Amino acid sequence: MISHVRTIWLTFLHLFTKKVTIEYPEEKVKLHPRWRGRIVLTKDPDGGERCVGCYLCAAACPVDCIALQATEDENGRRYPEFFRINFSRCIFCGFCEEACPTYAIQLIPDFEMGEYNRQNLVFEKEDLLINSEGKYPGYNFYKVAGINAGVKGKGEGEQEEAPVDIHSLLP
Amino acid sequence: MPTIYIDNKPYEVKAGKNLLEACLAQGVDIPYFCWHPSLGSVGACRQCAVKLFKDENDTQGRLVMSCLEGVRDGLRLSVNDKMAKAFREQIIEWLMTNHPHDCPVCDEGGSCHLQDMTVMTGHDYRHYDFKKRTYRNQYLGPLIHHEMNRCIQCYRCVRYYKDYAGGEDLNVFAANNKVYFGREKDGVLESPFSGNLAEVCPTGVFTDKTLKEHYTRKWDLTMAPSVCQHCSVGCNTIAGERYGELRVILNRYNGEVNGYFLCDRGRFGYEFVNDENRVKQPVIRNRTSEAVTEPELTTYLQTAMYNSKLIGIGSPRAAVETNFALQQLVGPGNFYKGISEDEAYLTNKVVRILETGTVHSASLKDIEQSDAVLILGEDIWNTAPMMALAVRQSVKKTAYSHAAEQSKLPIWHDAAIQEFVQEEKGFLANITVAGSPLDGIAAYTAYGAPDNLARLGFAIAHELNTSLPVVSNVDDDLINKAKSIAAVLLKAKKPVIVSGISCYSEGVIEAAFNIAASLNTAERKAAICYALPACNSMGLGMMNAPSFDHAVTRLQREQDMTVVIVENDLYRDISSSVLDTFFSKAANIIVLDSLHNRTTEKANVLIPAATFAEGDGTMVNYEGRAQRFFQVFMPANPFIRESWKWLKEMNLYKTQGSNGHNQPPEELLEKLESTSHQFEGISKVTPPHDFTIHGERIPREPHRYSGRTAMLANLNVSEPKPMQDNDSPLSFTMEGFKGIQPSIAIPFFWSPGWNSVQSVTKYQEEPGGHLRGGDPGVKLFHDRQGSEPSFFKGMPESFAERPEKWLVLPQYHVLGSGELSIYTKALEELTPSPSVSLSQQDANRLNVQNGDMLQVNADAKKYLLAVTINKNLCNGVVLVSAGLGEVEGMSWGSWVKVSRCE
Repeated sequence: MISHVRTIWLTFLHLFTKKVTIEYPEEKVKLHPRWRGRIVLTKDPDGGERCVGCYLCAAACPVDCIALQATEDENGRRYPEFFRINFSRCIFCGFCEEACPTYAIQLIPDFEMGEYNRQNLVFEKEDLLINSEGKYPGYNFYKVAGINAGVKGKGEGEQEEAPVDIHSLLP
Repeated sequence: MPTIYIDNKPYEVKAGKNLLEACLAQGVDIPYFCWHPSLGSVGACRQCAVKLFKDENDTQGRLVMSCLEGVRDGLRLSVNDKMAKAFREQIIEWLMTNHPHDCPVCDEGGSCHLQDMTVMTGHDYRHYDFKKRTYRNQYLGPLIHHEMNRCIQCYRCVRYYKDYAGGEDLNVFAANNKVYFGREKDGVLESPFSGNLAEVCPTGVFTDKTLKEHYTRKWDLTMAPSVCQHCSVGCNTIAGERYGELRVILNRYNGEVNGYFLCDRGRFGYEFVNDENRVKQPVIRNRTSEAVTEPELTTYLQTAMYNSKLIGIGSPRAAVETNFALQQLVGPGNFYKGISEDEAYLTNKVVRILETGTVHSASLKDIEQSDAVLILGEDIWNTAPMMALAVRQSVKKTAYSHAAEQSKLPIWHDAAIQEFVQEEKGFLANITVAGSPLDGIAAYTAYGAPDNLARLGFAIAHELNTSLPVVSNVDDDLINKAKSIAAVLLKAKKPVIVSGISCYSEGVIEAAFNIAASLNTAERKAAICYALPACNSMGLGMMNAPSFDHAVTRLQREQDMTVVIVENDLYRDISSSVLDTFFSKAANIIVLDSLHNRTTEKANVLIPAATFAEGDGTMVNYEGRAQRFFQVFMPANPFIRESWKWLKEMNLYKTQGSNGHNQPPEELLEKLESTSHQFEGISKVTPPHDFTIHGERIPREPHRYSGRTAMLANLNVSEPKPMQDNDSPLSFTMEGFKGIQPSIAIPFFWSPGWNSVQSVTKYQEEPGGHLRGGDPGVKLFHDRQGSEPSFFKGMPESFAERPEKWLVLPQYHVLGSGELSIYTKALEELTPSPSVSLSQQDANRLNVQNGDMLQVNADAKKYLLAVTINKNLCNGVVLVSAGLGEVEGMSWGSWVKVSRCE
């Protein structure tokens, strides 16, 4: 009996608290920049694809919903030939973003991905690639990597010495 | 066996080993880079430091490199000592000061020894704040990619390439902190064993360039134990698939066969599986719509099988199961070997010799461990490359063990032993038609026409065993040669005689046996081996069946025959004029093959066959070792099935039976055993198809296989059911038995913390030893020691030149002569252009020079070939590039006309 009265009383009190629900979809949810939603592939400052097709995101994915194939352009720059995320399997854990060594794959504050047809939740590279650097502006993997992939020559990267002259015997 | 104490725990270890080997054999992990079981120790990387104590009271200890310290009884060491651990971590940190930030774009990543060792030592933070050293890369040809920035200066590449494989064009340049591993200038690596650099290099300096075209990480591959299809050696491989394409061939360690290495033909010759030229659709020709559906094909075959007289043509490149299934289908009297009479006769001779078991049939390991090698008449560098590499090891190791005896240096102490050995070499007599790259390490070389080589062989045999006939009409020179070779062979304890059938001489085969059998005594264990042309030449040769020539005469005699040909492009071995009449006489031609070729063009019914990657089967290699290859992946195309499955189905139509539909391959082998006693034991080559470990199957995929729910999502978002394998104990998933797989079915090498190929140590009894549970493969020839050898008494007359005629013999090319390997674009690029070799005098007589065109008239066909003058070649013999360009189906060993082309 006391329990019932107490419940009714508490419910009554809630009439005077601030509302947490919003009139979605008329009113949009405020999401923080680090909110883990829809996955995108970002671009380098120079406009090239950031993804180098290293397969680490695919390996990190606990539901194995990422599949890709790496390929190379004529300069030796790696990029994905195709990049597929099956969002009907994705659990938005963000492991792929953590695993990505080039900041290419990022989770963004967007969850509005409802579809009537499950097949439409399979996103290909053209659906994932955005024309932005995302959360990490200024980073270009090929500037700090050792290889020459047409972005910088050997020894021209950050923290690199000029290529060794192998004909010299000087110390 | 000495006892050593590792961190105060006693272990029994094998004497004569170094500490690193001993610890690894006991399962104690010590990081290392420069040491390799096949290359020995040099102490270059300083990574394997452990602490050594004088006795149990010594608390101070001293750091030593475990790879340079031999085991002694009572030796005490600590691997987990604080100082030793800090030292190893420090070494990695130094190695990493210049190692680039490349792992995401490095092909080694995920199977990288440097990654593994870095994690093992615990180094995780860079203290070095300065710039990284960089190098310019070199172009090393279409097989190997060079990325010198990643180098950690372990010297393994040059030690493998120069010291182990005998290559001369890779070296170390510059000095101090600028050491550079590469060629003198850009260019294709010359050694046909260069592909092993990708596995020998502990990091990503040398990587597989063909894999780069369709790059896949090790953890993403569906892998299965396989057997190389490109020569008779039968090296064990791991074949990896992704997205329905064969992506890579890796070495699968087998202590008795290939050990740690493969040749480039085997490693890179896999792209035919993915080729556009594959037969993808069953075809019935001369109809309005030639491509047929399965029911149409079934209806057709039902009538075709039931109503007609069948003859079957087997193949030396088809599996034992396939040839046997064909024999079952057509009946034993109607099965023919699909090789020329000459080849069948010579192969048969080899089979008969090895079957007697009077002389041990040598494995590659036996060759490596022999102390004297005599090669008689076979250019093994080009016909069985890994055999040549094994011969090289024998030459090297004999000198090493000799040096070790003299100097008391341990045999694994590579740098010191090499210094001691200097130019000394073990004994190799290389007696060939026109020389081979092995001449460079041979103590003795001789060249000549096959008959003369055979005579030299018989002369040696006579010196060894005087009861054997004397060679008639002989000059003193030959006798002296024979005497000097025989004298060395008599001193050897484990001599091996290597021969083969590529010079198309019966005498050579017989002489090789006579020598080996004469050497074989109670104290001296001699061994013999014969290189054969194709991967299952031995398996086909062991079947009791006549050659293709008999099928030709049969068709001339009998009408209305249906010919069933499996996986055999007859035009490569048989002259086209013979074949064209053969095909015109046949009432119906049914061909099963994986690639379109000239034979499939003649087919009325063409049925797609699986390659080694899409099917199961068994091959018998040159030593009579039956080895099973497992299906790597299930092809998306449902028509692509093993030939033996198609043939079994056809057999059912013929007998109108319905039993035995899903009969696993081992039952076929059991049936083979029961019908042909020479194949006894072959069914043990594989575990049964329902074999499990603790109720679990062996997964083909590593546990971190990725993309399962996305790979096929573009086709259908609902994942398909995993493929079922009813033929083998392997599964097409990543679930199943975790741990060290049984040696008979190792789809990939992996052990916790060991992602690179170095994890093979965990599968071995000791580093570089046998696989745990025995090396896979069943030897079908059994030694019968003490049985009286039946020597060959007849011998050929000395070779006589003929006016205006030349004896034509095949010149095989390690990269290029393979029927299937040539589909790899990179290998095609390295293929030499077809040529005809002749002696200087013959060239003068014909008035031609290097590069001129010559016309060779053989089998009513004309070939225009460029001239190469070979100074080793004797007069009256020409060598024609086999299997290159237009050169097909030549009657090797026959006399041809050669004329200058105006």
